[in-house]
Amino acid sequence: MHSALLHDEPLLFEYDTHPQEPIQLPGVGGDTVPDHLTPFLRQNPANLPQLSEPETVRHFVRLSQWNHHIESGFYPLGSCTMKYNPRVNEQLARLPGFADIHPDQPEETVQGMLALLFELQQWLGAISGLPHVTLQPAAGAHGELTGMMMIHAYHAALGDHRRTKVLIPDSAHGTNPASAALCGFTPVEIPSAANGRIDLNTLRANLNDEVAALMLTNPNTTGMFESDIAEITALVHEAGALVYGDGANLNAMVGVARPGDMGIDCLHINVHKTFATPHGGGGPGAGPVAVGAALAPFLPAPHIRKEGARYQLYHSEQSIGPVLGSIGHSGVLLRAAAYIAAFGRDHLHKIAHDAVLGANYIRVRLQETYHLPFPGICKHECLLTDAIQNRHGIKTLDIAKALIDRGFHPMTIYFPLIVHGAMLIEPTETESKTTLDAFCDAMLAIAEQAEQGDGDAMQTAPHHAPTRRLDETLAARKPTLNWPPTS
Amino acid sequence: MSIPSDLLYTKEHEWVREEGDVATCGISEHAQEALGDIVFVELPEVGAAVEAGKPFAVVESVKAVSDVYAPVSGEVIETNSQLESSPELVNTDCYGEGWIAKIRGSGGRTELLDAAAYATFLEE
Repeated sequence: MHSALLHDEPLLFEYDTHPQEPIQLPGVGGDTVPDHLTPFLRQNPANLPQLSEPETVRHFVRLSQWNHHIESGFYPLGSCTMKYNPRVNEQLARLPGFADIHPDQPEETVQGMLALLFELQQWLGAISGLPHVTLQPAAGAHGELTGMMMIHAYHAALGDHRRTKVLIPDSAHGTNPASAALCGFTPVEIPSAANGRIDLNTLRANLNDEVAALMLTNPNTTGMFESDIAEITALVHEAGALVYGDGANLNAMVGVARPGDMGIDCLHINVHKTFATPHGGGGPGAGPVAVGAALAPFLPAPHIRKEGARYQLYHSEQSIGPVLGSIGHSGVLLRAAAYIAAFGRDHLHKIAHDAVLGANYIRVRLQETYHLPFPGICKHECLLTDAIQNRHGIKTLDIAKALIDRGFHPMTIYFPLIVHGAMLIEPTETESKTTLDAFCDAMLAIAEQAEQGDGDAMQTAPHHAPTRRLDETLAARKPTLNWPPTS
Repeated sequence: MSIPSDLLYTKEHEWVREEGDVATCGISEHAQEALGDIVFVELPEVGAAVEAGKPFAVVESVKAVSDVYAPVSGEVIETNSQLESSPELVNTDCYGEGWIAKIRGSGGRTELLDAAAYATFLEE
């Protein structure tokens, strides 16, 4: 079964299992197994699919063709910064001096890698305005946890054990309250103002001597810059608490503005977002954390420092200890260093400029047709809703599915939670005007389809994808976790 | 939008029916509609002490996971165990079979609105 050479591919276990000339491996048999292992020999053959080599290769290639990825098309998933990962970075990561080393090798034999990672620490410090950097955390949420552990250690070192609460705006990424809670803090949600930003009076009312930190994302998840950021961080500091910055949206200001200058004390950096390392499908990521002087003594160990011409790993006395089994996901980190180096200090701001320009281009082309909940210039992502299309019974989910039929990965939907029917669109700096126009044309055509009363077709979209609309509700209420299903 | 006049409502979109010192509560029509298809309800333990305005249950829909805030302080005396196998009752009958818990009140309560005030609040 196939249409236009896009194959309907069964699972491996759904193929006919009769032997079809599978690969014969020589020299594997009972007589070659040492005596002490013979008790563990299988009594019956394993129930493996019996496929020939070309069938096996075709199976996996066909499955891979069902994937949508940044190398096959536009991927405007808001809050995720799905930018192109330059191929040259992959080549650099495969250089033997980087690829063929081991975390347990003696320091003096990995000076090249340590030198690069040390430089990256310095660069991330300069970019964030927070000069002390750990590269250890495995990804963004792990960076959040590491940051909160340092904040916990900071208050404990001051003998201040009353500070058990962490304030988090209701627009935050879900990982923020999870990280705070995992670290033993009680997350306290603070409602956003009507313009989607932090309300100073609400913040003031929630600050007291039990608050350890405020966690905030700037620009926030509605794509808007927290214009009161200086007052916000000053209020938090006056109350004796620290400000944790979620660096998920760093792409909006990299090279232009520095979180450290805004009064943020601690920031994680998702290199798989901002610095174009491979992303999605569960990693590998890397989530370096940058801190100011107050938190520097608590950075995870070991940390890389330079003594004379040599790079070494050292453990500081007040460190919270290691948060990963090695110095960090070095292969990912070096790709990030390559992305930064490709722009260089004088051109890094072009990342943010182009990302913000792209998002605003989309906003201006779509804001007459789709509801714009927070008018005005957005940062690196543009937030729309389905309020206008709702009049025709069309919801955000229908618009997202209709986009699939038109060849685009949907935007992030129903997030942030504070906006009903949210559609969060993040183009990133790596997309051309041609791509942005094609996406906007598709969005306008979908709105027109809704306007023309073509609701039935839209509510059953996608029509051209390998699978049609899935019943997400049934899947969540009555999940089938075995294959084949047991009755 | 159904807003029964014999119930009180919170600004977090819970409803409460007070009979003597027992408060039956659930989430409002507006809340279930905004959340979409409910796929799981995490009920509080019977006997648990709850504080007005603090989360005491969780509803999960295909779109989001949301806290349910206790309208009154007190002790949970009964929960709607039907929701464990049929969370969709919150969608189909939020004020009836979709109730979440009964709390024996100890006096504390959050700001509760009558139906008219809640309707006005929703319009804002």
